[in-house]
Amino acid sequence: MKIKSRSAVVGDWVFVVICILVSVICVVPMLNLLAKSLSGTEYLVRNEVYLLPKGFNFDAYKTVLSDMKYIRAFFWTVFLTIVCTLVSLLMTILCAYPLIYPNLKGRGFINVFITITMFFNAGTIPNYLLMKNLGLLDNPLVLIVPSCLSVYNMIIMRSFFYGIPDSLRESAEIDGASFIQILVKIYIPLSKPVLATLALFYAVGRWNGYSDALLYMKNTVFYPLQLLLYNIINNINSVEVATQEGFSSPGLSASLKAAIVMFSTVPILCIYPWLQKYFIHGVTLGAVKE
Amino acid sequence: MSSKNKQKAQEAQRVQKTPKTHTKSSISVYMKRYWQLYALLALPMIYLVVFKYAPMIYIQIAFKKYSIVQSVWEMPLAKNHGFEYFIQAFKSKDFLLALRNTLMLNLLDLIAGFPAPIIFALILNELCFSRFKKVVQTIAYMPHFLSWIIIYSLALQLLAPTDGFINMLITAAGGTAIPFLNDAAHWVGTYVGFGVWQNFGWGSIVYLAAIAGINPELYEAASVDGAGRFKKMWHITLPCIRPTIVVLLIMNLGNIIGGGFDRPFAFQNNLVMQVADVIATYVYRVGIKGLQFSLTTAVGLFQSVVGVFFLLMANWLSRKMGERGIW
Repeated sequence: MKIKSRSAVVGDWVFVVICILVSVICVVPMLNLLAKSLSGTEYLVRNEVYLLPKGFNFDAYKTVLSDMKYIRAFFWTVFLTIVCTLVSLLMTILCAYPLIYPNLKGRGFINVFITITMFFNAGTIPNYLLMKNLGLLDNPLVLIVPSCLSVYNMIIMRSFFYGIPDSLRESAEIDGASFIQILVKIYIPLSKPVLATLALFYAVGRWNGYSDALLYMKNTVFYPLQLLLYNIINNINSVEVATQEGFSSPGLSASLKAAIVMFSTVPILCIYPWLQKYFIHGVTLGAVKE
Repeated sequence: MSSKNKQKAQEAQRVQKTPKTHTKSSISVYMKRYWQLYALLALPMIYLVVFKYAPMIYIQIAFKKYSIVQSVWEMPLAKNHGFEYFIQAFKSKDFLLALRNTLMLNLLDLIAGFPAPIIFALILNELCFSRFKKVVQTIAYMPHFLSWIIIYSLALQLLAPTDGFINMLITAAGGTAIPFLNDAAHWVGTYVGFGVWQNFGWGSIVYLAAIAGINPELYEAASVDGAGRFKKMWHITLPCIRPTIVVLLIMNLGNIIGGGFDRPFAFQNNLVMQVADVIATYVYRVGIKGLQFSLTTAVGLFQSVVGVFFLLMANWLSRKMGERGIW
């Protein structure tokens, strides 16, 4: 092994310290929130809670977990996320797979047709009017169907498919396999890593998205968790919300708000570290142009 | 099976197949094999037509007087050869403010947010403890997975005037609380700062991959020549990841007038609207809430067209500079 000079070793440690600082900056907001959610109200009112909870208790979480409003929104969002992810993955595969065949007639046209939608968007109002005319306003399907294919994710998928050696599919073709058989028997089993990545992207997008519900949904019953959260944080208790959701307070207690935020973040935070090695690969694929 | 037999079998197959393709018309043969691919493509194509192309029909509302009882095709043309609403938009103080804010916030995002992932990737690359590096990466990716609503509530908990973590520290140290979220200038700082916070880790992934692709011999040669850590960074790492940097810069420049809805909408409040109202939130406020469909469709069309123009310009510029474009 090479012996490092003293200045190089000092340099190494400087970078370690910088990284620790960066990590602290990432974590502190979450720690602060966690501490507040676990603290007693009297300490919060006196502004005494920093990074460690004072007057440790689970009252806020008990309140959240015993309130049907949050539980229902949580399970509705979980359901929505699962359905959206499955539908989107299917659509992504359907779109990406045929495009890897160089002999497919019209492939150039289809690629242009798809790419245009990436760069030119009709705009908020035309989309809104379309949803209105399709009868999708206030329909829970509006949270699933209009966002069920991301062209960006499709390109990641296609790049991954391109990376699978042609010889595999050619030998299958010689053996008489149809294109659908090749997809199901060869491409999908080999694509598990990228499928995991895209599932994560779609799931996070659905879990965190709220603008479609804000635009197209008036009925608060179908509000995803994030939009409910938005209303809670901003103390929105307009008449319709108040009557339908039974909002009680101008401003819930600080610990309760913190607990609700934790409650709606934890699922994603529990999942992403396990998929790290996959999504790193996925992001890299997306950056590589065809 | 012996190789001779195999050859024979293959030859037999070829003989059997070749005449077929010549006798039947080529299109029907082609479709017989390829129809499955078109069948697979059908659903995504229908989706694109319905949800990406069909809305474009409604773009004509920008040039027409919107009425709820008529279909889009029947609505009468607006005044000034249909450009009434564009003129109206550019005379409206609110829209001009939203336009300025969009450009300003995107530009500040670019200045602060674009270099951050590059610097972070360079720092990570210098770490020699791989376990530690992985932990730092995992932590740095975390903010990317939070929604803007959550990030805003974190910001509130952190920066609120009286009970925010930072202001509690400041007042405890004897200072006066800083209005991070209620004062226009501070709000811009907070908004941009949380943008950087959310993206620096995630954005570094691409650069780390580019750095991993650099030929290690370059570094060895530089070491032999006596180059230090920073010399190597400046003369090897950065030039080697230059293409990646340029491509991402183009995409960002092309998006200078775009920008999502979620982040500004989550962060804005009534006290800072003069800097926080961007085109996306203006369209929501005036269009969806205020029902001025023609005006806001015109604004949206302006934004889309200028966005495409910026993207084409940025791509052209990068080609001029001798880099590959994004297409």
